[in-house]
Amino acid sequence: MAKAKRPKKAASGRTAARKANGPDTQHAVEQFLYRQADLLDSKRWQEFIELFAEDGVYWMPPEPSHTTWEGMPAIFAEDKDLMTVRMKRVLHPDAWSQRPQWGTNHVVSNVVIEKEAPSGDVVVRSRFHMIELRRDDVRHFAGSYVHHLRRTKHGYRIKLQRVDMTNSQAAYDYVLQVWV
Amino acid sequence: MLQERVPDLAKFVEPDRVRREAYTDARIFGLEMERIHETVWIYCGHESQVPRPGDYYTARIGRQPMLMVRGRSGKVHVLYNRCPHRGNMMCGDRHGNAGDFFRCSYHAWTFQHDGTLRSIPMMESGYAGTRFGPDNPDCSMKRAARVEAYRGFVFASLAKDGPTLLEFLGASKIAFDDMCDRAPAGEVEIVPNCFRVIQHSNWKIFLENQLDALHPSVVHQSTGRAAMDVEKRIKEKTGQAPLSYHMLSAFAAVTIEKWDGFQTLNYPQGHCILTGYMGLRPRDPDTLAYEKVMQKAYGKPRMEEILGVNIHHVLIYPGLSVQSALQQLRAVRPLGVDRTLTEIWHFRLKGAPEAIYRRSLAYYNLVNSPATLINADDLENFWKVHQGLASDGGDWVSFGRHFGRDLEKDGHVETGPNMGTSEAPMRNQMKAWVKYMKQD
Repeated sequence: MAKAKRPKKAASGRTAARKANGPDTQHAVEQFLYRQADLLDSKRWQEFIELFAEDGVYWMPPEPSHTTWEGMPAIFAEDKDLMTVRMKRVLHPDAWSQRPQWGTNHVVSNVVIEKEAPSGDVVVRSRFHMIELRRDDVRHFAGSYVHHLRRTKHGYRIKLQRVDMTNSQAAYDYVLQVWV
Repeated sequence: MLQERVPDLAKFVEPDRVRREAYTDARIFGLEMERIHETVWIYCGHESQVPRPGDYYTARIGRQPMLMVRGRSGKVHVLYNRCPHRGNMMCGDRHGNAGDFFRCSYHAWTFQHDGTLRSIPMMESGYAGTRFGPDNPDCSMKRAARVEAYRGFVFASLAKDGPTLLEFLGASKIAFDDMCDRAPAGEVEIVPNCFRVIQHSNWKIFLENQLDALHPSVVHQSTGRAAMDVEKRIKEKTGQAPLSYHMLSAFAAVTIEKWDGFQTLNYPQGHCILTGYMGLRPRDPDTLAYEKVMQKAYGKPRMEEILGVNIHHVLIYPGLSVQSALQQLRAVRPLGVDRTLTEIWHFRLKGAPEAIYRRSLAYYNLVNSPATLINADDLENFWKVHQGLASDGGDWVSFGRHFGRDLEKDGHVETGPNMGTSEAPMRNQMKAWVKYMKQD
């Protein structure tokens, strides 16, 4: 991967943020996003869940105008406990929908750092394309991610991942079995 | 005529089995649309979906693209989504507001919200001396033959004659009574979000599954077990797990033997009621606060009556599945012999505390969203059923479970004691199917 350019605009607090994040936040954040996508594509569900902070939430609103998942219809609005239910479901031998061959391939790009706090926490948005193969059928999904990342001593942890699917308003041909 | 188009229809259905062509033959599908969906009362939407004059929602009745629209007088109309001039679709969006009148995007003919022709550009110079103009009803947008609502739920029938909506609904109207009565204000309001999911299978396969009490223990074991594990862990940690885990773990906790303890009530129109199992009257503070509001609204005896209604599911043939206690509604729209769209909604109980709405919402998100933890495995099975029925590996679908043990009671059929997993609902649906299909 080519080394990403540092964002040009130097906001106040950036020096402190650099101290926490190292010299190249852009690079670190990109590596994090690529790794997360890779965990999905290689079905390493537990490791995927562990990328979330203890109070972290994975959220896919049904339409872009929604500003919170609380009390709102959502395609996904899952904390780590619910994510664990989903993981255990797909790993169960009788998850019939998982019997046929099934796999995904994500490409994440257009990574833009929106905010960088002195603590090292960042808000980053990106775009994704995902191809899913199920039995003999290929489906194509695309959309945007917004990650609210908390800087911890173990690296970034996700406080909130918002996923806006371009397809979210269209009828779903079959359903989504795991996170996108 | 029927015999010419679909030979031997009468031989397709026996009391305990049905031939596979009923699910896979495109000619039969065409006849079903004509004789069932485009004849009986079909659910279009809830009045609260179109609160302001000009608000419209598209709806599909059989093969017909329709519009449900609120008129200026407040009345809700159901029209064919078609301009009578050259046939252009009137509203290209799934929903929106038409403004003060409909205006066709092709040649600017305009129509009142009830479909009546309002104006044609340069009508005098263009149409003087012709048969076209405001006096000709063919120049107005065509209306559904009949429109009726029950407690805010709007239905239309494309047939001029037939039973009234209430006659058609019969006992199944309890779906709406149970849902609305649970609201302290006596009515519900739609939450403006529709989850739409397409199934690659015949529409009847979905309907049969809705009242199939044997399948959850087999099909949904994976999610039931997973939720049970996590629920247990949360309980150990915090003393109490959210009710939503119970909604999911129930799929594993309720065994086949327990399901047999429930009952289905089956009606001649094809409708079916499945008695409940969700245990939604816990004694937690949220429920107690809700009961206080309910008691104030209804008085204690009536409240007890309302909250004592024990229904899991009501199926209103041929295209509506309602879980009244959880305020969930699924409308089934056949798109083709092997393609079916479900439109999934949920409702807010007017006057009930927010915490009670959150229960309905949790079920909607976890079970009925496009990332459903439950229906993923159903849809997989529906597809596989359709594939199997399209094969020459066998001619019949069997509905024999507990056959011969149904109890006939005042014009409806009940499953016998400890026969909740009976295939009575499927037998009953096919009996109704024959009745609808044969009427010439």
